[in-house]
Amino acid sequence: MTLALYVPRRSLVHRIPAGGKLLALAALAVLLFAVPALPVTGAALLAVLAVGLGAARLPAATLARQARTVRWWLAGLFVFHALFSDLPTAALTVLRLLALVLAAAVVTATTRVTEMVAVIERLCAPLRVVGVRPARIGLVVSMALRFIPVLAERAERIREAQAARGGSARGLRGVRTTVTPLLVQLLQMAHTISEALDARGADDVPPARGRRSPAAA
Amino acid sequence: MKTRDLAYIALFAAVIAVLGTLPAVNIGPVPITAQTLGVMLAGSVLGARRGFLSVLLFLVLVAIGLPLLSSGTGGLAVFAGPTAGYLFSWPLAAFVTGWLTERFWARYNVAWGMVFNVVGGMVVVYLIGVPVLAAVANLSLGEAILSGALPFLPGDAAKAFIAAAIAAQVRRSYPVIERPQRAVATR
Repeated sequence: MTLALYVPRRSLVHRIPAGGKLLALAALAVLLFAVPALPVTGAALLAVLAVGLGAARLPAATLARQARTVRWWLAGLFVFHALFSDLPTAALTVLRLLALVLAAAVVTATTRVTEMVAVIERLCAPLRVVGVRPARIGLVVSMALRFIPVLAERAERIREAQAARGGSARGLRGVRTTVTPLLVQLLQMAHTISEALDARGADDVPPARGRRSPAAA
Repeated sequence: MKTRDLAYIALFAAVIAVLGTLPAVNIGPVPITAQTLGVMLAGSVLGARRGFLSVLLFLVLVAIGLPLLSSGTGGLAVFAGPTAGYLFSWPLAAFVTGWLTERFWARYNVAWGMVFNVVGGMVVVYLIGVPVLAAVANLSLGEAILSGALPFLPGDAAKAFIAAAIAAQVRRSYPVIERPQRAVATR
């Protein structure tokens, strides 16, 4: 099970720090909604395409896939505004959405998940004041990333086992005989893992400043 | 927050993710995207705080670029799209569901659970999702309700019931909200 929208390339866009790219994305969104003008929106869309396809050398299919998920929305919106407002409004609304969706897709495709996790940890650093430890956030993200393939595999195994017996996990009986036991198993698994983590010092409060304890390192 | 709570939070974020990739529960002809089922489950199994955090974690995973939404999409793009409001409403939906569940934990059963899931997983979701849809897509509120709430009513009601049935069973066999230590000891 592959789990990323990241497209590895050697480009300037890939090398820009994740935080910078996220800031640029936020700035673009503010700009596009603050200046509802067709030339600005069109220029932004062209710029996004130039950065994504040109500078970052992303395959067009990567961007097309993200655009395809919103295509019916865009088509519906265009028709709606063309009928009830006017053509410029229709074009503006659709192009603005498309520019934002593609810009976000470019950021996502040029930034590794690990870099994003690092940004999250950094963003959460101020929460230290209210007692949140950024390293714990990194831990919970990593755990979830590990759980996803485990869960998918277990669910698949149960389905295969039931298919082999000629049954099916569908409907309400499936909920009672399959889903709930699976969920209880998973809760027990999560509990066991947390005990194992604590036994290895995951619950230790690290020294207040800078230095890491050996267990956390 | 204990490591055990973190593990539960991570687990339900993963549950919501897998519900998006495997439409395992198919009732009726309408394909139900099962992810709001996961949101209701997070609230009614984990309670308000952990449920809220697990759905928030799921959204963070989507935001950092994992294609975990039921359409196989992810990344920051979805938070700029017309359905962004629904996504933002999910953590709050889990919180409200969880709060009601905790509040009436002693009397929890499928019927009450369904009421809590409807309030959290449907009322809250529509209250936030529909206005955002109207704003982003330049629709009037009435049009947004017509296209962004009504078509989902039967499916969401079914999910509220299924989530309540599962939560009631989990409450009996492995309660997470109340006295989890005892449940582990008798496992």
